[in-house]
Amino acid sequence: MELARVTGRVVATVKYPTLEGVRLLVIQPQDADGTPQGPPMIAADALQSGPGDLVAWVTGREAALALPNTFAPVDCTIVQIVDHAWRDAELLDAPWPPGGTGGAP
Amino acid sequence: MKLGRIVGTVVSTRKDEKIESLKLYVVRDLSMSIGDKDSFVVAADSVGAGLGEVVLYASGSSARQTSMTDGRPIDACVMAIVDTIDVDGDVVYDKRSDAWPDPPAGGGDA
Amino acid sequence: MILCRVLGNAVSTVQHPCYEGRAVMVVQPVQPDGRTPLGDEFLAVDSVQAGPGDLVLAAREGNTARQILGTDDDPFHAVILGIVDQVDAG
Repeated sequence: MELARVTGRVVATVKYPTLEGVRLLVIQPQDADGTPQGPPMIAADALQSGPGDLVAWVTGREAALALPNTFAPVDCTIVQIVDHAWRDAELLDAPWPPGGTGGAP
Repeated sequence: MKLGRIVGTVVSTRKDEKIESLKLYVVRDLSMSIGDKDSFVVAADSVGAGLGEVVLYASGSSARQTSMTDGRPIDACVMAIVDTIDVDGDVVYDKRSDAWPDPPAGGGDA
Repeated sequence: MILCRVLGNAVSTVQHPCYEGRAVMVVQPVQPDGRTPLGDEFLAVDSVQAGPGDLVLAAREGNTARQILGTDDDPFHAVILGIVDQVDAG
């Protein structure tokens, strides 16, 4: 599961029948700070998200499980519209192991 | 799903019996601005797409989630034919003005 | 399974019903030292009450996630399945 920003839409009138009514959106994967990660992708939308929304998406076989008809050839689906994603990069600099056993300062 | 253009067909007489009767296309990956990438995939067709069309294909086990590909050794499947794409409010692709593989008729010199 | 550091969380109101009542954390894969980043961060559903700063075990594979979260037909892909106390590596 990853974060992405919805940037666009794909219109396809001819698609596999179990995808009728499923919207297809262009998403740009990003981290919680908004930095883009990798190329844009196309995701099915299980909610009512639209351009500008921050979303969470899943890949693989389970992507189809979020859709009304789960027998669908879909490998990427939006499953959450994210209100906010919080991230504290300084946590990576925190002492490890916790409590400290004498590692480098 | 990934965006691609159907640039060829694959014909094979000796193949696993489970992929007999499937239509197999050579699909070239496209960027979101319809620029050609250097990667290709062989994908089964589930929607009746044709040569030159811009399509979406699903990869991995998701590609077997159609009645044509269910239970068959297929890992990429064309599942939609693209009409239009808009990104950041701009139409980056419209099938009606797509002139692949040639430039618009009457436009170029020999 | 991979080692990750929990960096934060993601809060949603509009979501697939299977995510209701579950915490989704922002996690960063790290090397065995527990702090050197290893690739891009991602989101994982918590199953062990992990919190920001914790070093955790995460799985990034749908079948594993569905087994741990106890559902066969929900769209889960990544899960936090353990809190790491100590790593002995080289």
